[in-house]
Amino acid sequence: MDKTPQTLPRQSWTFSNEINSEIRRAAETGIYDIRGGGAKRRVPHFDDLLFLGASISRYPLEGYRERCDTSVTLGTRFAKKPIELKIPITIAGMSFGSLSANAKEALGRGASAAGTSTTTGDGGMTNEERGHSTQLVYQYLPSRYGMNPDDLRRADAIEVVVGQGAKPGGGGMLLGQKITQRVADMRSLPVGIDQRSACRHPDWTGPDDLEIKILELREITGWEKPIYIKIGGARPYYDTALAVKAGADVVVLDGMQGGTAATQDVFIEHVGQPTLACIRPAVQALQDLGMHRKVQLVVSGGIRTGADVAKALALGADAVSVGTAALIALGDNDPKWESEYQKLGSTTGAYDDWHEGRDPAGITTQDPELMKRLDPIAAGRRLRNYLNVMTLECQTIARACGKSHVHNLEPEDLCALTMEAAAMARVPLAGTDWYPGKAGF
Amino acid sequence: MPTQLDMASTELRDVNATLQAAAKAQVNEPYVIINPRGSHAMACGLDGPLNVTVKGSTGYYTAGMNKEASITVEGSAGPGVAENMMSGTVTIEGDASQYAGATGHGGLLNIKGNASSRCGISMKGIDIVVHGNIGHMSAFMAQKGNLVVLGDAGDALGDSLYEARLFVRGTVKSLGADCVEKEMRPEHLAILKELLDRAGAKAKPEEFKRYGSSRTLYNFHIDNASAY
Repeated sequence: MDKTPQTLPRQSWTFSNEINSEIRRAAETGIYDIRGGGAKRRVPHFDDLLFLGASISRYPLEGYRERCDTSVTLGTRFAKKPIELKIPITIAGMSFGSLSANAKEALGRGASAAGTSTTTGDGGMTNEERGHSTQLVYQYLPSRYGMNPDDLRRADAIEVVVGQGAKPGGGGMLLGQKITQRVADMRSLPVGIDQRSACRHPDWTGPDDLEIKILELREITGWEKPIYIKIGGARPYYDTALAVKAGADVVVLDGMQGGTAATQDVFIEHVGQPTLACIRPAVQALQDLGMHRKVQLVVSGGIRTGADVAKALALGADAVSVGTAALIALGDNDPKWESEYQKLGSTTGAYDDWHEGRDPAGITTQDPELMKRLDPIAAGRRLRNYLNVMTLECQTIARACGKSHVHNLEPEDLCALTMEAAAMARVPLAGTDWYPGKAGF
Repeated sequence: MPTQLDMASTELRDVNATLQAAAKAQVNEPYVIINPRGSHAMACGLDGPLNVTVKGSTGYYTAGMNKEASITVEGSAGPGVAENMMSGTVTIEGDASQYAGATGHGGLLNIKGNASSRCGISMKGIDIVVHGNIGHMSAFMAQKGNLVVLGDAGDALGDSLYEARLFVRGTVKSLGADCVEKEMRPEHLAILKELLDRAGAKAKPEEFKRYGSSRTLYNFHIDNASAY
């Protein structure tokens, strides 16, 4: 019998090897996949934007001679003591518990050396963190783990967390293996049990209640501290408007690439909007209310380089915040741990089982031996360097666009490489003066 | 003579600043607030021994985050009374709205009337005594401390409970996930007696039932997925 001609084996796009492995994993375990980090799928991002630079009608600043300022003040609306930062890049909220004490110390050291703030997380404030952070933002979360008025008063700002880009509408889960005695004591719970963090605040619902809650926080702290409201990238126009209505000094807007310590993969990848899609609606809300630059906007979720910083500022943000990138700067997912990542079934750059507490880099763990691997002084220096480089990169771009302050960057300085990015960022598609949705076309 | 603060003519900020300064100065003097008119965030953030009496009803977050002070509301209190209290005593002569004592870490919240839904939500060490009834979802995710109810409890009492102890004298409409009735042992009767005495409640410990966590949801297991 003649042999029938064969076609090449064809893999399904719909049932890819990655999807099939998830189906097999689900069938094997009966539970959804939990991981750390933010969305890994490709979404329109800052890479899809370009700066135009100077030309005959736009004069650049001399690279090493003319000043390009980077300072930013957060909390100018109501707070008696706004936050003064040297650079427009802050460190996002990450908890002691999900991170080791050494990692929190390193974040404080690096941020302080660079002249910026760091932020607590769902687990309260540690003395190491307070001691090593010249500017510390204290998160006010639904769980209220470790919440107390003394820490509230010794914070430099308060961030009411309504949502998070990785999981808008979701709570948290710190698995039992990371609940050491110290973590448990801070959270008023037994050692070794899974700690669920509620998704809704226990004592307010909706913007009218939030306004009163903010009044209470201001009364407790003598109206000194800026009050931030952090929202996930769900409905950025309305959430920003409601945050302003509720009395926020600062709105922190976190897109879907923003990381989390641990949540369901399906949540991270399928709920929320890309950071790029969130900025312009939020800025529009501020402009519609006449509050742009009066209520500051901090954008987070996938900020990696000075170019990302510059692009976020050009779209209207006052500052950005980094979490995942800061951890990478400390040493997370470093190739030097490759053999250990492989033992954990992962590889450099892909390791995201932060909830398991076995991080070879000693960052997302409470294991005393693993924690020792992270030298907080050296790691803090790495973070400072990284923040400095991003700032220099941002200044480089701003000078090329003729700006004496990075806040002078504007949408007019940008073009988009794709239709999607043009529509989301509301800047023209490269080579045109058009973007989808622009009136008159 | 107590120092009187009249909220008909004094701004909230000035009232709270006066009370906060007096508490911090450890003067332990009596203050009386008149014409509260349902103001929010009244007498919050006190950090020291001070006696405050509010002549009338208050709004949201009365006595929020209290430390050491004794605050009495001679009326009813709005949502979130004594939220995140650390220590001291807060007494409500009337009823309390939602979230009374939410996330409280310590001290005594003594509600002479009824408390609405979510009383003691996420409590972390506070003691709450309610002389009347409490609403649904009370002690949701309650971590630590004691909730004593002389009347009845609404639906889903103690849902997703951790280590807080719940004592109810009347009926419980339903228990939440992972909350079960537990044996009342001598040590529980002693705790309850001490709490009833502190709250001036006329009830016998033996009349109460104790509820607590069955601890089956403490570590996630797929067989318990339907309970979440």
